[in-house]
Amino acid sequence: MKRFPAVSTLIVIVAALYFLVPLYATFDFSLRMERGVLSFAAYRDVFQSDTFIATLTFSAIASLVAIVLGALIIVPTAYWVRLKLPKVRPLVEFLTLLPLIIPPVVLVFGYMRIYGNDSFLPLTTTDPGTNVLLVIGYTILSLPYMFRAVDNGMAAIDIATLTEAAESLGASRMRTIRTVIFPNVRSAIMSGAFLTFSISLGEFVMASLLNRPAFGPYLVQMGQDYAYQPAALAIMAFGVTWASMALMQLFATRKPGQRLFPRIPSFTPRSVKP
Amino acid sequence: MKWVPVFSGRHPVVFQAGHCAMTDIQATEASGTFAAERASKPPFAGINWNWLGLLPFLIFVALFLVAPVLYLVNGAFQNAEGQYTLANIIALGSDNIVSSYSLSIRLSLVSAGIGALTGLLVAYAVILGGLPDWVRHAFTTFSGVASNFAGVPLAFAFIATLGRLGLVTLIFRDVFGVNIYAVGFNLFSFWGLALTYLYFQLPLMLLVVTPAMEGLKAEWREAAESLGASRAQYWRLVALPVLTPSVLGCFLLLFANAFGTLATVIALTGSSYSVVPIMLYNQIRGNVLYNPNLGYALALGMVVIMAVTNLLYLVLRNRAERWQK
Repeated sequence: MKRFPAVSTLIVIVAALYFLVPLYATFDFSLRMERGVLSFAAYRDVFQSDTFIATLTFSAIASLVAIVLGALIIVPTAYWVRLKLPKVRPLVEFLTLLPLIIPPVVLVFGYMRIYGNDSFLPLTTTDPGTNVLLVIGYTILSLPYMFRAVDNGMAAIDIATLTEAAESLGASRMRTIRTVIFPNVRSAIMSGAFLTFSISLGEFVMASLLNRPAFGPYLVQMGQDYAYQPAALAIMAFGVTWASMALMQLFATRKPGQRLFPRIPSFTPRSVKP
Repeated sequence: MKWVPVFSGRHPVVFQAGHCAMTDIQATEASGTFAAERASKPPFAGINWNWLGLLPFLIFVALFLVAPVLYLVNGAFQNAEGQYTLANIIALGSDNIVSSYSLSIRLSLVSAGIGALTGLLVAYAVILGGLPDWVRHAFTTFSGVASNFAGVPLAFAFIATLGRLGLVTLIFRDVFGVNIYAVGFNLFSFWGLALTYLYFQLPLMLLVVTPAMEGLKAEWREAAESLGASRAQYWRLVALPVLTPSVLGCFLLLFANAFGTLATVIALTGSSYSVVPIMLYNQIRGNVLYNPNLGYALALGMVVIMAVTNLLYLVLRNRAERWQK
């Protein structure tokens, strides 16, 4: 007979409490803005704030542009490396892993010095330029995840054969990438994209040092000025992170060409079996 | 344009390394469809044009990842007049900077230590502990989320839990009659930060140590038992030595993770708690060290610590993978 796993159960319960209590406490706290009753007043207050909408929109757009830029750079590169330059793979892989070693605060410090006033590319002197720099920064931060996701996606399909097939049908290199390779790694890109999104949506350091009206600095400001709204924001942030991770998982395990949801069986009348 | 010499000094190295690699590929590919193409351009016959496909990536990475870091590294060895000197590196030994590094390293060690230990326990419990599968599934899924739930919102969650008016603080006060802030607990302190970091450290540990835990083969345990080993002996002599490189590697990963954390600290304690990232943040905002080049040296120190930690992590991971084949 199997013994009841008492030690494991105890460990799991303690760990679960550690994880769930802060979530419950935050949720509970976020409902107590109005004295004596539980209400969603803090959430209402947050949603009615123009700054909330403006900063969230700004950060969402910045994240999306960073994802697109990342995909545009990573997909052709990963494709090219696998097809033509397998020997430089370690170099490319190493470069894409560098952002895990270089802290964002160091990276943005370098940006401000190189792309500042008397630079050959004075990006930080104008608002649009600084926005571009922020997006580029997010793209750099996403390189490790993007490259790994796309590279894994390419490992799952036979690139060489697909390319040969496309070329023998007369497709140009660009067209091969655009209409053959890209659709096949779309799931992989999406999976990297959701991780990038969840990282850069509330990113604080780069946005704050580049003085952008982004969601991260807004969150910190809220934390300094209010009590209940930050709790509501934390719950929402947790929800967004959860959704991003779930979607990432969904896309990461999906095979190329597979439907997101199983096709609903059509209601055509079944032929009667003889 | 001060960065040009640094950059152009670096570039040929990168290019050559790849170029040597190219000649081999060229040889194997000579019979392919591109041989004809190449033959039609005799003056450049030795150059592999495939390189051009990597240019967009290399230029992007050089401009926005390599050059900024090299600029700071270069600046760390210069004085305000642009002459090379070690004065900034020596100035890192001044009291406030040393205490800042020491605080950062202690906090990261403690947070990584607790994270590694508890993560290991939870990994053991959900993988080998004989619990139903859904427990493990729930923990893995949750860990994926929690390891990414860092930054400012995490700080808010802990303020709502263990802050002066947090739910747990109030429960302790009203139910148990203990004011945890009166008996020495403070969320906005070293141990408060360590406890907060644990929320993303433990899940990360669980995720990265899972493959190693799964690599403990049932046969090893059976072999040990059939030779008369006790449970404790099996763990001490077989399982733990196999797990050690993975656990140490994960510990380093957690260390680096904690060392680079900035947003959580700012949201929790404001910008006065002087761990290294905060000090650098303040230096960038307002030159609090009154010496820009010392700021570069501070950044260099961070990069060196992160690089060494990650390098050791990779070494240990390679060692650990021996057992997972």
